[in-house]
Amino acid sequence: MKPVAFDYHRPETVAEAVALLADLRDDAMPLAGGMTLGPMLNLRLVRPRALIDISRLAGLRHIVQDGDKVVTGAAVIQNDALRSDVIRRQVPLLALALPWVGHFQTRNRGTLGGSVAHADPSAEIPLCLTVCGGTVVLRSRRRERRVPARRFFVDALTTLREPDEIIVALEWPRAPAQSGWGFAEIAQRHGDFAIAAAACRATLDDEGRVKDLVLGIAGVESRPVLIDTENFRGGRSTEVGKHLSDHSVAGVTPMEDHVANAEYRIALTKVLVERVFRDACADAERRRNKLQ
Amino acid sequence: MSVQTCLAGQKATIELTLNGQRRSGKAEPRLLLCDFLRHELQAFGVHVGCEHGICGACTVLVDGRAVRSCTQYAVQADGRDIVTVEGLAEAGTMNALQRAFAKHHALQCGYCTPGILCSATHFLRETPAPTEREVRDMLSGHICRCTGYASIVAAILEAADAVSRGA
Repeated sequence: MKPVAFDYHRPETVAEAVALLADLRDDAMPLAGGMTLGPMLNLRLVRPRALIDISRLAGLRHIVQDGDKVVTGAAVIQNDALRSDVIRRQVPLLALALPWVGHFQTRNRGTLGGSVAHADPSAEIPLCLTVCGGTVVLRSRRRERRVPARRFFVDALTTLREPDEIIVALEWPRAPAQSGWGFAEIAQRHGDFAIAAAACRATLDDEGRVKDLVLGIAGVESRPVLIDTENFRGGRSTEVGKHLSDHSVAGVTPMEDHVANAEYRIALTKVLVERVFRDACADAERRRNKLQ
Repeated sequence: MSVQTCLAGQKATIELTLNGQRRSGKAEPRLLLCDFLRHELQAFGVHVGCEHGICGACTVLVDGRAVRSCTQYAVQADGRDIVTVEGLAEAGTMNALQRAFAKHHALQCGYCTPGILCSATHFLRETPAPTEREVRDMLSGHICRCTGYASIVAAILEAADAVSRGA
């Protein structure tokens, strides 16, 4: 299908973009890579009066290390992030997850910021940002503000972004040297929306006990969910997996759709949690051996 | 300060490079890039399938990257360098990738082929010696209902080999 008629604005600077948004507010939608908004426009699921094309804004394509964090401009193309040495070394979880984001052809245009702004419940990048403890940087004509990812995602396709704000950057805390990472998902075909996805960061002590553990799941509830892992600290990495997967699904209320009912989503989530925990522990072991 | 604006129903002049030639045409904001390339610039090798980014038939190269032309608008392509399947042959002769497709019968009805050729062109530039798994991963962004993909994979692997040997 074709989209409804809309006004098109193409600003060149962030200042111009937020000025337009301040005037048009709910009538306008920012358009970046268009890998999710494009289909929604063509299917007429959204009918904005105006589109503000932010794909050419100067200064939103950087990937830089800034002290203890890595800052990615909102318009960083997903495939560019996948090939970035800074991302591979400092944000290994994102490097693990990006091959699961859509396809080669959509990653060539889709942006990191666009995925976060869209907030699909099954999306990989919001899950990674949440597990990493990252931050969303938003700007409007009024102010710039920083919102932790763990608060930013409110519900399916719903975030704390105000109508007059655009996302200008994402901040990713640099990975602690000894932590290991795991990411896995299950979709009907590779590149489809995940039925369930899981991401994990684990640090082990010298005896192979869990020192630190962060675990998140996506595609299950309407937004990325962090699992409370407090009780698993100090457990042996070889013994924790099964209990962790049971515990992970104890409090969640899974979505149901034409692809999977709640029971199936729970079953997949348990498998994925075991898998990412095992992978993260193996990765942590590997990194520790390398450091020694 | 300059904001380019084109209001609904009005037409903007789009100037871009298509297969190495400077071209221009008119488009209202809602016109998809694939429709602009076909109907305004007569690049009929751009095939339009699902119109929401799933099937991959409309894939073209924009500034060297393989991307969908159905989920972007012509106004967004202003000033860009675009290559469609018509621009892949060299001096009127099919290139190594195209010859490999012919040899391996990597097409039957041909509807998905222009998009796959564009994708493979960008892919092989980035991944000159791919594994079969990498080829299949790239191909997951395309739907072909004729071949079952095996012949397409074989053709791309052979083209990679030919290109790396300088053929």
